[in-house]
Amino acid sequence: MYTQALDAQPGAAGADDAEQQARLARFQERIDRDEKIEPTDWMPEQYRHMLIRQIAQHAHSEIVGMLPEGNWITRAPSLRRKVVLIAKVQDEGGHGLYLYSAAETLGVTRAALIEQLLAGQARYSSIFNYPTLTWADIGAIGWLVDGAAIMNQIPLCRCSYGPYARAMVRICKEESFHQRQGYELMLTLARGSAAQRAMAQDAFARWWRPALMMFGPSDAHSVHTAQSMRWKIKRFSNDELRQKFIDATVPQAHFLGLSIPDPELRWDAASQHFQTGPIDWGEFEAVLRGDGPCNRERLAARREAHEAGAWVRAAAVAYAEKHPEHAPAASVG
Amino acid sequence: MNGACTAAEAHCEYVLRLADTSLVAGQRLAEWLGHGPTLEEDLALANIALDLFGQARLLLTLAGRIEGCARDEDALAFGRDAAEFRNVALAEQPNGDFAQTIVRQVMLDAWQLETYSSLVASADTELAAIAQKAVKECRYHWRYSSGWLVRLGDGTGESHRRASAALQALWRFTDELRVADELDARMAACGIGPEPAVVNARWQERLAGVLEAARLTVPAHQHYPWHGKRGVHTEALTHLLATLQYLPRLYPGVSW
Repeated sequence: MYTQALDAQPGAAGADDAEQQARLARFQERIDRDEKIEPTDWMPEQYRHMLIRQIAQHAHSEIVGMLPEGNWITRAPSLRRKVVLIAKVQDEGGHGLYLYSAAETLGVTRAALIEQLLAGQARYSSIFNYPTLTWADIGAIGWLVDGAAIMNQIPLCRCSYGPYARAMVRICKEESFHQRQGYELMLTLARGSAAQRAMAQDAFARWWRPALMMFGPSDAHSVHTAQSMRWKIKRFSNDELRQKFIDATVPQAHFLGLSIPDPELRWDAASQHFQTGPIDWGEFEAVLRGDGPCNRERLAARREAHEAGAWVRAAAVAYAEKHPEHAPAASVG
Repeated sequence: MNGACTAAEAHCEYVLRLADTSLVAGQRLAEWLGHGPTLEEDLALANIALDLFGQARLLLTLAGRIEGCARDEDALAFGRDAAEFRNVALAEQPNGDFAQTIVRQVMLDAWQLETYSSLVASADTELAAIAQKAVKECRYHWRYSSGWLVRLGDGTGESHRRASAALQALWRFTDELRVADELDARMAACGIGPEPAVVNARWQERLAGVLEAARLTVPAHQHYPWHGKRGVHTEALTHLLATLQYLPRLYPGVSW
């Protein structure tokens, strides 16, 4: 999902003395009792690191994810669509803010996390490295990308780490709204002119496979899943979530009259699931590595905004230092 | 606009001045989303853009009704060419750096705030109701832009230079905010529009206050007779509209 690259991380060193083992056992007991772990509670360093990486990747994904959709704000074809899209992209920025704050409860700063992103040292979801080429991509992203995100994020509302779980409750509500607006946009196009229907089909064909990749590598190659599940950071495996998404989405595509860009797709009566053809994991690895269609543009846009804003942030700091009486915000009139 | 136009035509054109100013300013602010100096600024500028588009939608719908030609908000937003737009030219000026955006917004926000504060008493009750809503939003917009102008003007040497340069570059576009034309006078006379002299005096007072707090100098008045509110625009507007209107122009007559 937005944190798919975590699955490729090696495990950290274990506890090496009896006291540490006892602490770990008590920690595991709390997790097993479904108690929430809070910022001031003791936690294993590996748990802390795993969470920081996961929350940061999620936050970065929200921020980078503003770019492909933001690409169509100025060109939205009606005023209603325009305000809906602005509000949606704004929600994503809000999610980023929330998530960076949740990560900060674990002892990192937002500034440090953003530095990592801009230095190319942090990951974000592969999906945002694909281009938005037509207006229908806005519908496809809402329906498929937010739809896939929800599959993964609903269980995160029960994540063992309290601040993350609580942030996810609000985020999921908004994502669910985003998915509905995306589907409604696709439905309007599907019921529209021949050109609009072609636009919808083209967008679906381009976003379907990248959306399936959002769930991360198959369980057989996901080395990090077991520990993450033991600590209830993650509650379902990548393949389970991917299957759930496929089963929910295929009938929705049929309802829109769209054909699934997968000749091998079929209903399997025995398992009661849709089966898809193989996923191109080579493409997934390439996009994660930085060689997707828009990786360079996305990072360049973030760096440009950060660098162009440096003097503004410096001015705010300088003003606050000169006028401590006005902290935290200046206002006139 | 000339003296020969009917009362309805004049009324419609006046509402379009307000509507188009919000629409075009909203379009400019929305360009910032994802590119602001901080995440908080992305969210705030998006909020302001949303308010402005909300005002534009209500006002365009009202203008369409007064016009009586069955043009809805989208027909008016996406179906007119630049010369038919009646926004003040200040609103269409490119974002530039953050200082240019903030200076533009300070001037516009003050003008909208004073205009809508008066319009709550408009003889056009629907316009008065829209103004009731808009004035609350404009108060927040002003708080945001004026707060930032003070921080930029009284922040670092660089931020002061940039704010000062933006003020010099944009000041000429305030001419049409302050100089009432025949339509402004006609609307005031029939009780639909505010008294231009009152709005102008309050606008100047507001600007003088914020510029002093920002340690910036009020530039001398510059005569600039090319007024967007009369359909005389800068080159920037056609580019803005080419982007804004791209899809409905390419695929006319469909719903989105």
